[in-house]
Amino acid sequence: MLNVIYILWLRQLKRYMRSRARVISSLAQPLLYLLGMGYGLGPVFQKAGMGSYLQFIAPGLIAMTILFTSVFSGIELIMDRQFGFLKETLVAPVPRLWIILGRILGGATVALLQGLLFLLVCLIAGYRWQALGTLPAFLIMAEIGILFCALGSAIGSVLSDMQGFQLIMGFLVMPLFFLSGAMFPLSNLPKPLTLLTSLDPLSYGVDGLRHCLNGVAHFGLATDLLVLSLVAAALVALSSYLFSRIQV
Amino acid sequence: MSDQSPNQCMIRVENLTKMFGAFTAVRDISFEIQRAEIVAFLGPNGAGKTTTIKMLTTLLRPTSGRMQLDGLDPALQPNEVRSRFGIVFQDPSLDDELTAQENMEIHGALFKVPRHTRAARIEKLLRLFELWDRRREPAKRFSGGMRRRLEIARGLLHTPRILFLDEPTLGLDPQTRNQLWTQVRKLNEEEGVTIFLTTHYMEEAERVAQRVLIIDGGRIIAQGSPRELNERTGAQTLEGAFLALTGTTIREEEFSSADRMRQMARVWRR
Repeated sequence: MLNVIYILWLRQLKRYMRSRARVISSLAQPLLYLLGMGYGLGPVFQKAGMGSYLQFIAPGLIAMTILFTSVFSGIELIMDRQFGFLKETLVAPVPRLWIILGRILGGATVALLQGLLFLLVCLIAGYRWQALGTLPAFLIMAEIGILFCALGSAIGSVLSDMQGFQLIMGFLVMPLFFLSGAMFPLSNLPKPLTLLTSLDPLSYGVDGLRHCLNGVAHFGLATDLLVLSLVAAALVALSSYLFSRIQV
Repeated sequence: MSDQSPNQCMIRVENLTKMFGAFTAVRDISFEIQRAEIVAFLGPNGAGKTTTIKMLTTLLRPTSGRMQLDGLDPALQPNEVRSRFGIVFQDPSLDDELTAQENMEIHGALFKVPRHTRAARIEKLLRLFELWDRRREPAKRFSGGMRRRLEIARGLLHTPRILFLDEPTLGLDPQTRNQLWTQVRKLNEEEGVTIFLTTHYMEEAERVAQRVLIIDGGRIIAQGSPRELNERTGAQTLEGAFLALTGTTIREEEFSSADRMRQMARVWRR
C-alpha cells in the first residue's frame, strides 16, 4: 500500500520540480494581492487603528497560495484523463483508495511547498512572524492542502473536461477565498456574512495560520484544527468514492 | 487457482452487452480465446472494439453478460484480473514529464512487481524494445514509435498472461510497425503470452494473428483464421474478406484523438 501511495506522491513532486513555469505562475496571483492590497490598502488599515495590513493579510495569502495550488490537483486529474495516464492507474491491481491517497498527498505536498515559498516571499516583503508558531503553522498548511486537494480531486473525478472544471472553480474557489477572512477581519461582520464565513472551511485555515504566525485568532486553534480535520476527512472519503466510480 | 494447461481458455465472453443510454455499443457478443493464441479483433470505426476491450480490462462495467479472464470474473475480482493482463491503449497513456525509466518504475510499483526483480526486468524490457540508451529522457522527447515501444514494454513489466493491444501501430512508420510485431510474436512464442489486438491495418492482422474476430455494429459477424475468412468470402486478402463482410460504407463516429492520429498518419504516408 505504502509503495503505491509513495510512487504516486513522488510523481506529483517530480512533475512540480520540473515545471518552473508552474512554480512561478502560481505565486503570481498572491504576489499581486500582497503588493497591491498589502501596500495599497495598508495606510487605510493603519489609519483605522488595525495595525499593519501586510501583517494581517500575509497568512491569508499563504492560505490562498495553498488553496489555488491544491485545487490545481483536480485539473491534473482531468489532464491525466485527457492525456491517458489515468487509465494506466485505473487498470492497476490496487484499490483505487490507494491511488487517490497518493494523488492527494502528492498534491498537498506541492501546495505546502508553494505555501512555504510564499511565506519566504512575505518575509522578504517585510512580514514578521512568530517563529514559535512555525511547526503548528506547517500542520495547518498541510491540512488546508489535503482538504482542497481532496475537493479538487472529487470535482475532477466527476468532470471530464477542463472548461467545466474552470467554471466550477470560478464559482467555488474565489468565493471560498473571499469569504475566508483572508482580506478582512471576521469580527463585527453582518450576520449573514458571519454565517457564510463560518461555513467556509478556508476560514479555519486562515484563522489557524493567523494564530500560529501572528498570535491572533478568531475561532481558536483547537476549533480550527478540529474543523479542518473533519472536513478534510469527509472530502477525502468523498473523493475516494467518486474516484472509485470513474469509468473511462 | 488458474489452470496452466496449453488449451486453457484465457478469455471467455458470454452474451456481453454494453449500452450508453439508448445506444448499444456492444450487442450480446460471445467468444473464447485460448492460452498463447494471437487473436485480432477487427471492425470498422465505432464497431465496439475499444468498448469491448475496456470492459475486459475493468475500465467499463458491462450492461449485461459475463466475462472471465484466466478463470477470473473482472466484475467480482477486478484486482486479481488486473494483475493478469497488460494493455497498450489506443491513445497514449505515458506521463510525458517523466523519463522512460520513471514511467516503468511507476508501473512496477502499481503492478506490485517485487522490488528485487524490478530493476532487472525494466532493463531487460527496455533493452528488448531498444530504449535502454534513452531511459533517462522524458517521454515527451520520444517519437511516436518510441512511445509505443515504451508502452508495450511497460505493459509487459509485470509479466502478464494476456496482452491487450488496442491499435498499437497507429501512426507508426512501416519499419517501427515491423519491429513491433516481430517483438510481439517473439513474446507470444517464448513466454506464451495470449495476445488480443485490434488494428485497422489488415495486412498486419493477416501476418500476426492466428484467428480473427470481426465485429460490426456491436455484433460479432465472423470469426476464423485469416485463410478461413478469405475462403469463406472468396477474397484474396484479409482486407478483401473484411470489406466483403462489413461492406464499403464509411462509418460515422465522434472524432477522437485516435482519429486525429490516423489523420496525421495518412498525411505522413503521402
